[in-house]
Amino acid sequence: MFSILQSLWGVFQHTWRRRVTVQYPDRKRTLPPRWRGRIILSRDPDGAERCVACQLCAVACPVGCIALEAAEDEHGRRYPEFFRINFSRCIFCGYCEEACPTCAIQLTPDNEMGEYHRAGLVYEKNDLLIAGQGKHHGYNFYRVAGLQIGGKDKGAAENERPPSDVRSLMP
Amino acid sequence: MITVYVENQPYPVEPGDRNLLAVCLSLGFDLPYFCWHPALHSVGACRQCAVKLFKDESDTQGRLIMACMTPVKDGMRISIADPEAAAFRAGVVEWLMVNHPHDCPVCDEGGECHLQDMTVMTGHVRRRYRFTKRTHRNQDLGPFINHEMNRCIQCYRCLRFYRDYAGGRDFDVMGWHDDVYFGRHADGALENEFSGNLVEVCPTGVFTDKTMKPHPVRKWNLQTAPSICVHCGLGCNTLAGERYGKLRRILSRYNPNVNGYFLCDRGRFGYEFVNSPRRLRQPCLRGADGDRPAVGPAAAVARVAGIIRGGKAIGIGSPRGSLEGNFALRELVGPDRFFHGVPDRELELVRLALALARQGTAPLASLQEAAACDAVFVLGEDVTNTAPMLALALRQAVRHKPAELATRQRIHAWDSLAIRDAGQQAQGPCFIATADQTRLDDIATATYRAAPDDLARLGFAVAHALDPSSPDVPNLPPDLAAWAQRAADGLKAGQRPLVVAGTGGASAALLPAAANIAWALIKAGRPAQLCLTVPECNSLGSALLDGGGLESALAALRQGDVDTVVVLENDLYRRLPAAAAAELLAARHVIVLDHLATATTAAAEVVLPAATFAESSGTLVNNEGRAQRFFQVFVPEDGIRASWRWLADLIVAAGRAPAAPWRNLDELLSALSAAMPVFKDLRAVAPPADFRMDGQKIPRQPPRYSGRTAMTVHRDIHEPQPPDDADTPLAFSMEGQPGHPPPALIQRYWAPGWNSAQALNKFQQEVGGPLQGDAPGRRLLAAAAGAAPPYFADVPPAFAARAGEWLFLPAHHIYGAEELSSVSAGVAQRAPRPTVTVNDGEAERLGWAEGREVQVSVGDTVQRLPVKRSAQLPAGVAALPAGLSGQPWLPLPAWGKISTPSIPPVGGASATLRSMPSLRSTSSPASAPSAHSANQAPVPPGRRPGLQAGSSPSVREVPA
Repeated sequence: MFSILQSLWGVFQHTWRRRVTVQYPDRKRTLPPRWRGRIILSRDPDGAERCVACQLCAVACPVGCIALEAAEDEHGRRYPEFFRINFSRCIFCGYCEEACPTCAIQLTPDNEMGEYHRAGLVYEKNDLLIAGQGKHHGYNFYRVAGLQIGGKDKGAAENERPPSDVRSLMP
Repeated sequence: MITVYVENQPYPVEPGDRNLLAVCLSLGFDLPYFCWHPALHSVGACRQCAVKLFKDESDTQGRLIMACMTPVKDGMRISIADPEAAAFRAGVVEWLMVNHPHDCPVCDEGGECHLQDMTVMTGHVRRRYRFTKRTHRNQDLGPFINHEMNRCIQCYRCLRFYRDYAGGRDFDVMGWHDDVYFGRHADGALENEFSGNLVEVCPTGVFTDKTMKPHPVRKWNLQTAPSICVHCGLGCNTLAGERYGKLRRILSRYNPNVNGYFLCDRGRFGYEFVNSPRRLRQPCLRGADGDRPAVGPAAAVARVAGIIRGGKAIGIGSPRGSLEGNFALRELVGPDRFFHGVPDRELELVRLALALARQGTAPLASLQEAAACDAVFVLGEDVTNTAPMLALALRQAVRHKPAELATRQRIHAWDSLAIRDAGQQAQGPCFIATADQTRLDDIATATYRAAPDDLARLGFAVAHALDPSSPDVPNLPPDLAAWAQRAADGLKAGQRPLVVAGTGGASAALLPAAANIAWALIKAGRPAQLCLTVPECNSLGSALLDGGGLESALAALRQGDVDTVVVLENDLYRRLPAAAAAELLAARHVIVLDHLATATTAAAEVVLPAATFAESSGTLVNNEGRAQRFFQVFVPEDGIRASWRWLADLIVAAGRAPAAPWRNLDELLSALSAAMPVFKDLRAVAPPADFRMDGQKIPRQPPRYSGRTAMTVHRDIHEPQPPDDADTPLAFSMEGQPGHPPPALIQRYWAPGWNSAQALNKFQQEVGGPLQGDAPGRRLLAAAAGAAPPYFADVPPAFAARAGEWLFLPAHHIYGAEELSSVSAGVAQRAPRPTVTVNDGEAERLGWAEGREVQVSVGDTVQRLPVKRSAQLPAGVAALPAGLSGQPWLPLPAWGKISTPSIPPVGGASATLRSMPSLRSTSSPASAPSAHSANQAPVPPGRRPGLQAGSSPSVREVPA
């Protein structure tokens, strides 16, 4: 009997406590930028696709919900011919982001992805690619890599000497 | 057994001449290395395999040694984990990585990179180097190999493979100090036929597979299965990998008895036909209006069954189809109505090879046995183009002599550079007698060029020189007799002589001559072996079934007892003259099962899409009679099915059997082995479908196969169940026991810490030795025991040139001569232009410049081809490309004419043509057909094949 009254008193006391429940969706909280929500593909500072289709996000994914096929354009840049994430399987663990060597795949604070049909949760590259750089500013993989692409010759990457002339006898 | 102490633990090691690195790897230790390769041995260049060697138990100091350059000794005490040795190895990798670009995400080697593995293994995880990196410009190395020179770590393995092992000359190292460059002197396709192995030999991503570059796939994303190469008769073992329904690449699968570590470029890059837009993907029925809409499998089977039930059908098999497919067709039409899909002449040659293998005393050599031989005689076969990997084996055969010289100087058998220096330019005896120059001439002790009949005569002469009781060759010129004697002496001096011949020489006399040589050697007490090449991947296997060739099928059709022709995986226009093929295909009903749309499928009433080697499982028999199983790599999405499954359905639907005769591959194999005693071991070729490891199937997909819940969801959000595989113990899944399966089922090489193909070391009993478990494949043929068969005595008469006519021989080319591989884009790019090759002197006399267009008439076929001049092809003989796509099929060898086109460019050309008979009047008179009588007058001096006064003598002497 006493414990019941004690519980009632405890509940009653909450009537004057400050509310912590946010009245979603009328009010929305600001989530921190590192929140692991909807996955996007970002672009490099020059506006080109960052993803080089190395397939590391796909292999890191514990549920195998990322499928992509690599291709190469006429300038020698690698890009994903298709890039598909099945969000009905995604567990938002963020391993893909961690694995990405080019800062292309990033998780965003957006979590409002509800759909009436599961098929609507299949995102293709068009749905994933954003216009900006996302959380990581300034990084351009091809400026660091040794690969020659259109607009960047051999030896033009960071910390590279011009291509050597093997026919020269000069030391 | 000797004992080696590693970290103070004793390990038993087989005694023998081994280096410490190989021993450590064989014992299962992870010791990093770069420049060493089990087939290329040690040079001690990379300093990566450093270990501590201790003098004795009390020695705590020890000293650093390079394991790959240290012979193993009894009681040796070493430490791999010693901190100083580990720090040394980490330092070496750090220095190698100084100039390595930040490329892994865009490098096709990533994920199966030996450099990645070794860097992780040594613990080098952070680059401390903050200065600039040297860079290089890349070269265009042709359609097969992509070059990215920045990634090089200067291990020299590419060079040692390409130049020392494969005999290439157009690839070298340039530059000096830390600025060395591996490439050609200028851009251009790598000429060597084995350049694709650079992809696997290179420990990093300098050389990668260009055919995969448009859509690169990581190793962990490939669904792979053990397979057998279908592009020549040698049956090299391959690993085929698929992703998104397309075959992506072929890697070499180690088989110590067949191809060892390597593959030829046709085998490696010829796979693209599987993805060709020319693939047949749905069954098609020709309607009344002539068009052929695609239909479902049931409708197609019902239509064909209706045709076959009422009719009189014959079946035409295929030398490139599996044993199972050919047998199923034979069961459908009946054994007496089954014909082989090759001309009678080719079938007879293959059957002759079979007879030599079964009745002769000389066993057929496998590729590795051929490589172990120390004296070689090649009779009439352009090995590099008809059986490329055999050429690589012969290149190893002549390297036993320098190794022997080095052994005498107490140089270790694995000390690669020292052997090269000690051996200087020494090469084992290799005699090559062919119609034209070959790509193997650079290793030949002596070469001889002549028409096929003269080559056969030379062969008989060599046999006679070895054993006087073998038939003598009448009217043999003395210099040729001396050549034969020299070859005989060379072969006799060898401990393991090898005689190579085959069906590519297109003369029935060459095989008996080769057999005589081998049998004479055996009689002389030498363990001689024969190596006989066959045209296609299952030529020998299908020839084991009874039945005639295509001419017999045509005869049966003409007799009128036939109204239906069922063609299995065969393009008849590549086997018969166009008129004959059209006659066969003009039967009332024509049913074709094939992979690709061809002229034959265009003529068919019903086309059934047949699975390629990648989409079905089956058995192929190679040139030495070794039956080997290839396993399905992936399930095609369309109506494609294995030929034998189509045929099994047809057997039931046509009322030939009340129920399906075979429901899976094992039942078919049982039926096949019961039907013919030669196939009794067929089920033992590979483990049966109910084989399990720890109760589980063996997964085709690696444990890290990615995207399995996203690959198909754009079509259907519900992920499909993995397809069942009733035919094999492999599963189309990543679930199962991924450990070390039996060798016939090894679907990929991977071990913890070893993601590259070098993980193979972990699958071998001993590095470079046999695989753990039963050897894959079974040899169906064995040499006869007991008395030697009588020698062949039909020595052909000497070749007699005919006035105004040429004997046209087939010129095989590695790229383009084989039907399926020539559909692949890379191989097609390397295919030669069709030409007619004529003797240099003859062309000079007739005023034909190189590239001059002439009219070639063989039988009814007239074609215009540019002239190619050859200094070595004998006069009176010309060569036409064999099997090149777009070229009409010709019954080569055949006599024909070459004339200048009716509108000569200058007045002189036709005058030369008219004067040709007089120029050649010293040859046999107009009654040339009588040239085949045995009493043919000897060829007049100056016109003797091979010794004519050309621009260069054809008998080339290389000082021994």
